Amino acid sequence: MPNDDLSGAWTPTPRDNHSSRGRLERVLRSGRFAVTAELNPPDSANPQDVYDRALVLAQVCDAINATDASGANVHMSSVGISALLARAGYACVMQVSCRDRNRIAIQGDILGAAAMGVSNLLCLTGDGVQVGDQPDAKPVFDLDSISLLATVRRMRDDGEFLSGRKITTPPEMFLGAAANPFAPPYDFRPVRLAKKITAGAQFIQTNYCFDLPRLGEYMARVREMGLHEKCFILVGVGPLASARAARWIRSNVPGIHIPDPVITRLEGAEDQKAEGKRICVELIQQIREMDGIAGVHIMAYRQEELVASIVEESGILAARRLTAQAGAPRTGRGRHLGD
Amino acid sequence: MYFVRRWSVRHAGKLSRVYRVFEALLFLSTPLLKLTGFSRLERPTRFIERGAKGLLFDCRMCGQCALTRTGLSCPMNCPKEMRNGPCGGVRPDGNCEVKPGMRCVWVEAWRGAARMGDLETIAGIEPPVDHRLWGRSSWLAVARERTEKKQAGDAKR
Repeated sequence: MPNDDLSGAWTPTPRDNHSSRGRLERVLRSGRFAVTAELNPPDSANPQDVYDRALVLAQVCDAINATDASGANVHMSSVGISALLARAGYACVMQVSCRDRNRIAIQGDILGAAAMGVSNLLCLTGDGVQVGDQPDAKPVFDLDSISLLATVRRMRDDGEFLSGRKITTPPEMFLGAAANPFAPPYDFRPVRLAKKITAGAQFIQTNYCFDLPRLGEYMARVREMGLHEKCFILVGVGPLASARAARWIRSNVPGIHIPDPVITRLEGAEDQKAEGKRICVELIQQIREMDGIAGVHIMAYRQEELVASIVEESGILAARRLTAQAGAPRTGRGRHLGD
Repeated sequence: MYFVRRWSVRHAGKLSRVYRVFEALLFLSTPLLKLTGFSRLERPTRFIERGAKGLLFDCRMCGQCALTRTGLSCPMNCPKEMRNGPCGGVRPDGNCEVKPGMRCVWVEAWRGAARMGDLETIAGIEPPVDHRLWGRSSWLAVARERTEKKQAGDAKR
């Protein structure tokens, strides 16, 4: 059953304690296990490319993440993708990275995005330019993820820019941040999460999780500090296409930790792609059982077509259907579903 | 210098105690500094500060020193100039995502803070950098801020 017990942990915000009109916030606050998924941004100026990719995700997730030149590679901008998605009625999470724009540009983009109907924001520092396709670019990093969170919260709650100048209609944003429990210094990570919450983070999407024991240790500390009651934590997962791809990702993409047993398991499989998907489904099921986790964030790089069946096989939405039925008016003899 | 920088973090406990003494002396001499004029002192102080902190911490003279709050590991040596903790890209060996040969300044900061026996301050939130202050002396800024606070306090009384 939906429950609103979590609302007590929040500072007052407009509209029944909600800070956005968005679906993601409603789902999370209702206590349902949320699903978000990442859309691979097109290298094109055609809106249809965005819609084609969104269509396969929208059926199975509560919000679609629009990445902001992730991995420092140029693609269609997150503002553009988010505006297209919002216009088509999809819920989206607009990612904002501090790598490419200074505080003046970012604050303006946030107002523009809110005006276009974007209601969720993921505040990121961003990968270094050296990993991308244009390592000769100037890295900006005027703000970092935490000062970005504080900036947007100030814009929303106090209705002013960093300069103190007033905003006539503040942006109603549900604020998110990233966390990486899988990178050192491990005992600093929960402290950093606490900082992000203090700065304004209401939901968290973590990096790819392939190491459950490490996540377990992190979550134990997070629960000890009571942080899981102050924000919604969505754990990042994704299917690995093959052992070779996994090795490449591990050594070339910053911040992704893939333990050896996962790669060995992929290598031993007859169909590596199917095995990658199976690992992902199993991870989701195990993550769901962990205390203090509010959902999963699926990042299927260039394998978006797999997302729907991953969600289906993991059974996380089936549980939600049962909840929906249990909440619906009973017919017949009014038997419980478990009867 | 990288090796000296790492030495400084290893000795963060002792060095921070030395700084406290220096800071106390700085505060004691603020009336004198004020009399001489802060703006007149800016250039020579900047020269000494750049030399000393450059040697010990690879200081970049951001003009708003955070060293005592970051375990004596200068956050401006982070290629992303992050002032609020490590990014998610830190390598498994604790080295930097951007410069694989360099220890992450925040891995160092966490250790330095532990050596200083203070893991509370590092959990505080740093505001964005004021880019107008690059190249200016933090020491004088600290002294000046203290004088202004004191004046404000006196005015209230």
